[in-house]
Order: sequence, then structure tokens, then C-alpha cells
Amino acid sequence: MERTSFDIVVVGGGAAGLRTAIAAAEADPELTIALVSKVYPMRSHTVSAEGGTAAVLRDYDSFELHALDTIKGSDFLADQDAVEFFVARCPEEIIRLEHWGCPWSRDEDGRVSQRAFGGMSVKRTVYAADKVGFHILHTLFQTSMKYDRIHRFDEYFVTSLIVDGGACAGVVAMNLRGGTMVAIQGKATILATGGCGRVYEFTTNGFIKTGDGMALAYRAGVPLKDMEMVQFHPTCLPGTGILITEAARGEGGYLVNKDGERYMQRYLPSKMELGPRDILSRAMIQEMKAGRAFEGPYGLYMGLDLRHLGAKKINERIPMVRELVEKYMGLDPIHELIPVRPGQHYIMGGVSTNGKGETTLPGLYAVGETACVSINGANRLGSNSLSECLVFGAACGLAAAGFAKKKASYPRGAAAREALKKEEARVFDGVLGRERAKETVAGLRVEMQQLMERDVGIFREESALADACGMLGKMRDRFAAVGLADKDRVFNTELTAVLELDFMLDVALAIAHSARNRRESRGAHSRTDFPQRDDANYLKHTLAFRTDGPPRIDYVPVTVTKWQPVERKY
Amino acid sequence: MAASDVVFRVKRYRPESGGRPTFQEYTIPYRNDMVVLDGLNYIKDHIDPTLTFRWSCRMGICGSCGADVNGQPRLTCGTYIRDVHKGAVTVEPLSNFPILKDLVVDFDDFLRKLASVTPYIVRKDWGDLTKEYVQYPEDVEAYRQQSLCINCMLCYAACPVFGSSPEFVGPAASALALRYNRDTRDEGADARLARLNTRTGVWECTFVGECSVVCPKDVDPAAAIQTLKFLATMRHMRRLLMPGSSSR
Repeated sequence: MERTSFDIVVVGGGAAGLRTAIAAAEADPELTIALVSKVYPMRSHTVSAEGGTAAVLRDYDSFELHALDTIKGSDFLADQDAVEFFVARCPEEIIRLEHWGCPWSRDEDGRVSQRAFGGMSVKRTVYAADKVGFHILHTLFQTSMKYDRIHRFDEYFVTSLIVDGGACAGVVAMNLRGGTMVAIQGKATILATGGCGRVYEFTTNGFIKTGDGMALAYRAGVPLKDMEMVQFHPTCLPGTGILITEAARGEGGYLVNKDGERYMQRYLPSKMELGPRDILSRAMIQEMKAGRAFEGPYGLYMGLDLRHLGAKKINERIPMVRELVEKYMGLDPIHELIPVRPGQHYIMGGVSTNGKGETTLPGLYAVGETACVSINGANRLGSNSLSECLVFGAACGLAAAGFAKKKASYPRGAAAREALKKEEARVFDGVLGRERAKETVAGLRVEMQQLMERDVGIFREESALADACGMLGKMRDRFAAVGLADKDRVFNTELTAVLELDFMLDVALAIAHSARNRRESRGAHSRTDFPQRDDANYLKHTLAFRTDGPPRIDYVPVTVTKWQPVERKY
Repeated sequence: MAASDVVFRVKRYRPESGGRPTFQEYTIPYRNDMVVLDGLNYIKDHIDPTLTFRWSCRMGICGSCGADVNGQPRLTCGTYIRDVHKGAVTVEPLSNFPILKDLVVDFDDFLRKLASVTPYIVRKDWGDLTKEYVQYPEDVEAYRQQSLCINCMLCYAACPVFGSSPEFVGPAASALALRYNRDTRDEGADARLARLNTRTGVWECTFVGECSVVCPKDVDPAAAIQTLKFLATMRHMRRLLMPGSSSR
């Protein structure tokens, strides 16, 4: 009989989840930890992060400067106390990873190298060539094998939280291989399931990024914060959406239009290609609208020019860029322009937490892209997200360990048995029992993705947002008619896709309504009908609460410590 | 991009329906920029939602989507239909692993083997936790190649030794053991070599070399295993000549 009660249950096996689990294991040798993931942990989407992870490591840099860059990048929507906490802990986390064997690229003197990145005013981004996420993930996963007390539940899909007496008491999960539901009880539960990029049609995110943790918390009454803040990365390969790292520009790459002009001189002459992602993505769309884009089989695109960098630099610093462009575009960036266009990449918003990962539900935590602390505000700077997973993973692991230690007994079984029964009925008798008819998971999913792309994309305005809110509400209703052809219990990926779509519809509704309610432009949220930032009315975080109808929107103030909001000028 | 059709012959196995694995054919519209994974997703979304396979990143780094394509272990996201299409494309689950359903196989055995080679830095004294350890570019270069393993399991599917002796530690776990042994920050080489010098260790390998042929990341596990055989021998000799000494 497999153990099903733990001190700590971590949902998600990427950088944030693994860092949390290791921190909890190190905090107390008595604690038992469950690591529950819908994929083998090394498949987690952290693996696709490319360019680097930020930390102040050299004399030319300072915490003050990292904090200011982050806050300015966030268009002053970040909580400044959280940012100060964050920047001060990035160095120790980078060194921690270094001690655990992460193959950081090195300078000639044997020290960890750092490169330039968008919106960072000095070279601050630590890297391992351009496979940074891959190396961080495998280093953390392999290091986690040191701890027998980290008990993995690989390929278990969490369908619901167990809430008992106003506190979270673990999760109900579907064992994909066994085709059964299990209750995994925990004194503390941490959601670390990453982002929700698959809500959009054109995204750098992997297929597994379906906002599971956000929807799980949202359904348990926890608000989602700043969900309108969606990041579009300027350099994605047309067709597939595969990411070409910002490091390509950090190492000196140019963005050019069809006339060969470095068009960023028109939009951001002080930073050029190393501006923040929100500004670069908007500039790209404006160039396209001005008729200065290339046209290809997958629509308009711009050129990323690395030719002047030379073969040696490309092969040493950004080998994966070359590998990806050769494989997926049939082009060699040493000799040819890389076609790029903006695509959904990250969400600044997420489960509302404080700096320890605590949510409004006692015993429930969130961390990484799933969470919104917020250090990223309205626009995240490249290379702050991996550091965020590490810093807040460590903080959250410690906090959860302390919380679990204080609770003498495991959650009582009654609530778990009840939740399990409910989920068995909902998923196996309900969803799985629905006969396949007109509505299919693939059909409804692509409709939602195209709607979000069209109406809740880089530029937004009232009529499109109103349309999106209305259409998503209808899709929410139509979801009840989605039937399944696969009736098996074992590894039913049609069933998991339906449950994921269910989560994504909740998340999409929160994004669209939060965007419609913020009648200003700030960071990545760009309203053509309200082009100015409006601090008088909107220097605050959006909170979306789930109801039986549309989400209820509320606001809470932003924490300002020493950087008074000023116009965001570069 | 000319539209035409291509036939996918996909091996199906559904444990709840009983019976042996069978092939099912699907005809799908084809463009010359489609990879095998695109074909599988077309089938899943438009023809047969019961077809079961794993995938995520679709950029050759998460290691989820391996399958035997026309008899060769490959990442389906990195294999263009145009390169393998000879009338039909045959897709089967990776060889040598227990099949869970259709193209989904069980890798748990690999994770136990990976854990058995101590795949993390081992040190007696971690020193100053606030300071990075010095490692020169050439030190990183010494283990970089082995550190690129994405655990996609193509090497195990290609390995005839693993096919006939499933206890064999295998190519990827061996390469990762060498990765840590070559890391200047590590002090765990001796224990890893001891593990690899057992009945299920590197001596099982007969140097067929197929693992390195199919590796999508040029990790070259075959060479790693030969190096480990040499290091294990050196360790054995040293222990005979200098009892109590340890490998570095």
C-alpha cells in the first residue's frame, strides 16, 4: 500500500516545485514530502528556458540596481518589498545551484559568466550556454534524488484540492497509469505547476502548460492576481512558436525589418534590441502594420540578424539557437536572417501569494509562474523568472516546513475520503461518461486559443475584450457538452485534455475579465482605447475571484517602498 | 507547400481491451514542414482521439516524444515526415520498454538506475556556501557533453544488451555517472565506479555503439561507457596496489 499522507505535498516537478521540495527536505530531516507531477519531472517546461537567470554577483552591480530595473520593467506594478527580498536572495540561489553541479558557463578566471539581457542595465544574467532551464531542471531533479523522503508521484494529474475546515489538506489526483483516483493528504500543499500559455494559440509554451495550479486555487476560493498581465516574447519562430532566446540579442543580435533597417531606433533608441519585452513586441506589431515586415507562409515576420556575431560566438554562447533554427526553419543563422514574430511566453499574474508563497487559504502555497507575489508587475524582465522559481521555491519550502512542523497530526481522513468520492464521481462517472458528439476537446480548445489570440493579445480594446468575455462565458457553458471517444481509465490523454481545457477556460475567463476591467495601459497590458498609464485609478493589483457567473474583480494596493512611480522612460 | 496525403501505420495497444498490439492505419494531409509529432497530433485532434502518446515541448529538449519511427528510435518532434516517408510512416512505441498504452512506455526502471549512479555532486566539505567554486572553461568542457542528456530513452531502445539483459544500467545512466565523475567539484567518483563495476554495470556493454548513433544530443554514451570501463579498471588496480585509496 502506497503512502498517501505527507507533511508536504508539492504539485509540479519543474524548477519551482523541485526547489521547494529540496528546501523542505533540508529544513527538517523528519519531514515527508510528496512530489506530484503530471509528467516525469524532467519533462517539465522549465526545460525549455534558454537564456539565463539573473543575480547580482559582481562589483559593478548592486541590489539597488537590480531592484530598480525590475520595478521599472514592471511599470511600477511590482510590490517593492517583494522585489527587495528577491534581488537580495538571487546570488545565494545561483551559488546553491553552482554547488549542486549546474554547468554554468565560466569566464577565463573560473568565475560564473554573466551576459546582457533586456531591461537589465548591466550584465547580470548567469547562463549555461543557452540551455539554462534544461540544466537547472536536470540539476535540481538529480539533486532531489539525494532525499529518500521526497516521494515522487510521477504522472499523477491533480484534479482538485482537499479543503477541510477552511484549510487545504492535500490533493486528489488521477494516477494516469493506474487509471484510478487517489487522495494525497498533506499538512501543507504547494502549487508549482507553471504557467498557462496553452490558453493562447501562438505560444512558446509546451503542451503541458495549461494553468492547472491557477485553476485549482481559484476553484478553492483563492483569488488570481494581475491575470491581465500576459507576456509576449518578441522572437518566436513563425509556425511553431518555438522560442529564440533573448540571449541572441544579449550577445549582440539585431532586429531588422524588410528594408534591413534596425527599426528599434524608431521606438527605443536608448536600448535598441535590449529593451523590455513588452516594448519590443509592440514595436514589432507596429512595424508590421506599417508594411515593413517580411511575409512568409505563416504570415508577417521580422528578421533576427546574428550574422555579424560570427560562427564561434554563435556556437559557444547560443548553440541551441543554431540547432533550433537549422532544424525547424532549415536556415543557418551564421549566414541567414532568422524569421521571428511575437508570441505568448509567460504570465506575470497568477495565484495571489505573499513572499513566503502563502495564499489566503491556510496550508495552501503557490510558487513560480503559477504564483503572483508580485515581483514582475505588469512586465517581467527576461532572466528574472528562473531566479524567481529558485528564490521563492526556497522561501516557500522553508515556510511550508515550518507550517507542517507546527501541525501535530496529519489531516483527518474523512475530508479526503469525501473529496476522493466526489472527484471519482465528477471525473469517471461525469466527464468520462459523456458520449462524443459535436463538441470535441480539440475543437473547443482551438476556438478558445484563437479567441484569446485575437481579442486578448498584445493590443487590446473594449469591444474586443467584451466580445472575449462573452464568448468565453458561452464556451464555459459549451464545455458541458464535450464528449469523449476514449472510455479507458488507463492513460487516457483525451480525458486529461478535457480536464485541462476545463482549467484553461477558468484561467482564460480570469485573464479576459481582468483585462477588460483595467482601463489603462501599463507594461504588457496595452489598451488602444486607454493608451496612458493611470496611477490615480490603477496603481493596484487586480484580484479575480471565481463565482458561478463571471469572475468578481477587486483591487488591492501595490506596495511602494523607496521607488516612487514615475514615467517609465528608457 | 504541396498538400498530399501520407499514411501513418501506428502500433496500438490498449490494455483494457485486452489482446496483442495491432497496427492501425491513418491517412493524413501532409505538408513538407511537418514532423512525425504533427502527424500524430493531427490524428489525435481530427481522426482518432483515442490514440495515446506523450509530448510537450515540441523543440527537442523535454525528451517526452520518443518512438520507433520506421524501426529507428527517434524524437518524433525532430523527425520530418519528408525524411522518413517511403509510402508510409510506421510509428511504434520505443523498443525494450514495457508498453502502458499505444506509444506510451514505462521509464520507471531508468529512474531507478539513474538514482543508483548517485547523479549529484558528492562532497565531504561544502566549504563557504556563499562563494562559488572556481571552475575554468576547460573544466566545464570536460563534462559538458555528458551533461546534455535529456533522458529521452532512445539509447535504451537502441541497445541490444538492454533488450536482452534488462538489469544492465544502460547508456544514459552511465553517461550521467561519467558526467559527475568528470566534474572538478565532485568527490563521489569512487562510489559511482564501484556501482558501475558490478554485474549490472558497464561490463555488460559489448560496444555495439547504437546508443550513440540514435542520441539526438550527441552525448555519445558508447564512448562514455568505454571510458568508465577504463576508469573502473584503474580503480580496481589501484585498490589492489594501494588499499584504501580512492578514485578521483
